[in-house]
Amino acid sequence: MTKVRVLVGTKKGAFICTSDEARQKWTIDGPHFMGWEIYHMKASPVVPDRIFCSQTSSWFGQVIQRSDDGGKTWDTPGSAAGEREVMFGMEAGESNKFVYDGVPGTHKFYDGSDVPWAFKRVWHLEPSLSDPETVYAGVEDAALFKSTNGGKSWSELSGLRQHTTGKDWQPGAGGMCLHTVLIDPTNEDRMWVAISAAGVFRTDDGGKSWKPVNRGLKSNFMPEEEAEVGHCVHRIAFHPSKPSTLFMQKHWDIMRSDDSADTWSEVSGNLPSDFGFPIDVHSHEPETIYVVPILSDSEHVPVDGKLRVYRSRTGGNEWEALTRGLPQEHCYVNVLREAMAVDSCDSCGIYFGTTGGQVYVSADSGDNWTAINEHFPPVLSVEVQTLK
Amino acid sequence: MPQVRVILPYHLRNLARVTGEVVVEVGEDVTVDSVLTSIEEAYPNLSGTIRDHVTKIRRPFVRFFACGEDISNEPTDLQLPLGIQDGTAPFMVVGAIAGG
Repeated sequence: MTKVRVLVGTKKGAFICTSDEARQKWTIDGPHFMGWEIYHMKASPVVPDRIFCSQTSSWFGQVIQRSDDGGKTWDTPGSAAGEREVMFGMEAGESNKFVYDGVPGTHKFYDGSDVPWAFKRVWHLEPSLSDPETVYAGVEDAALFKSTNGGKSWSELSGLRQHTTGKDWQPGAGGMCLHTVLIDPTNEDRMWVAISAAGVFRTDDGGKSWKPVNRGLKSNFMPEEEAEVGHCVHRIAFHPSKPSTLFMQKHWDIMRSDDSADTWSEVSGNLPSDFGFPIDVHSHEPETIYVVPILSDSEHVPVDGKLRVYRSRTGGNEWEALTRGLPQEHCYVNVLREAMAVDSCDSCGIYFGTTGGQVYVSADSGDNWTAINEHFPPVLSVEVQTLK
Repeated sequence: MPQVRVILPYHLRNLARVTGEVVVEVGEDVTVDSVLTSIEEAYPNLSGTIRDHVTKIRRPFVRFFACGEDISNEPTDLQLPLGIQDGTAPFMVVGAIAGG
């Protein structure tokens, strides 16, 4: 029997919601790590009960947690007594040690001054598609780290940060974060990452070298609107069956690329606003995409106080509002970039969480919505697993 | 070997899976550095949560109290007060107050 498991990261802990394929009745487990910010949780597609978790705090910094039983119990990788004994050549307690490769150098601050690169937190964890021991971490200040031992230790894929443009990268309002990692299912050496506010970068050699792939993006907050880097990309997504077609929610503008991100074109079409954070793709329809329009970059609330998901079945340009079951008056929540996900049930489920603590689900591709829970802490991330 | 009593803040006690005070063995020099090193050896997943892994600099929102004094900004290689050394007083790691 198919089950779904929704991994909800919030400002005050982690929650795990489970249901059968009907997705009507939910069991909520948590909070785990109460009081800590849970930026992201994601499970290995190879070993679905292995879940990686980024737990952070302004007081105590970064912690990486891992569960090997579907979220029932958690450990910091490498710190359990049994694991410490077998860690030859490696110190215990390194699962939260993210040290930039070499001399880190500087990047630009908001005011244009040069500031040293400094690790702050892990925004995104992306498990390998084929190896349960390998996982990538996108961090702030923007860099990509890799673990090949289940999160016990990390090393930087420094070719990204050491790109010739790295010294000119600048933070977006949320910090200079590497928030999205996409791995090509047909060729795991090809990956895309997205950085606010540097843009999209692609590697074709497993992370050794990277190139900016932002042609077609226009950002009027930069003196040169179509610069090679500097764009505030909020999220990118693709359908696993068609990884050369990517979709983007940029600071403003919805974009698509049909050439693996070499070039982009705008598909905002008839949206009431093309500002927003998340974007995702239907699990069975590669041209059906979802966004949540937000009024503007300085307001961060839904347009007209109506919480509406917009769906395009044409890969952009033509959008329809999905409202059934969502609040259509006096709603002033936001939906953050990591807070939307899709399951792969026969009838595709769409999920999103809000800064007001609601997590909504639609079990019918977005036509009808219900709340899994309306009173979580502010939701930072939502991932879903389809367990068969 | 001196045994030092340590009070950790709530979230670090949870992370280390301990309740109440912990006691760590410290070498001849009882300093902030040596106490923290002993804590990190006993509870490896606290590494990086009190001070930086590499620079060993205290995290900004963490304070150190000893015998009624805030010693957060004192050199970390100085001998701690006798009360800490002889176990009559705990070394306190405190999450600084922040927020409304």
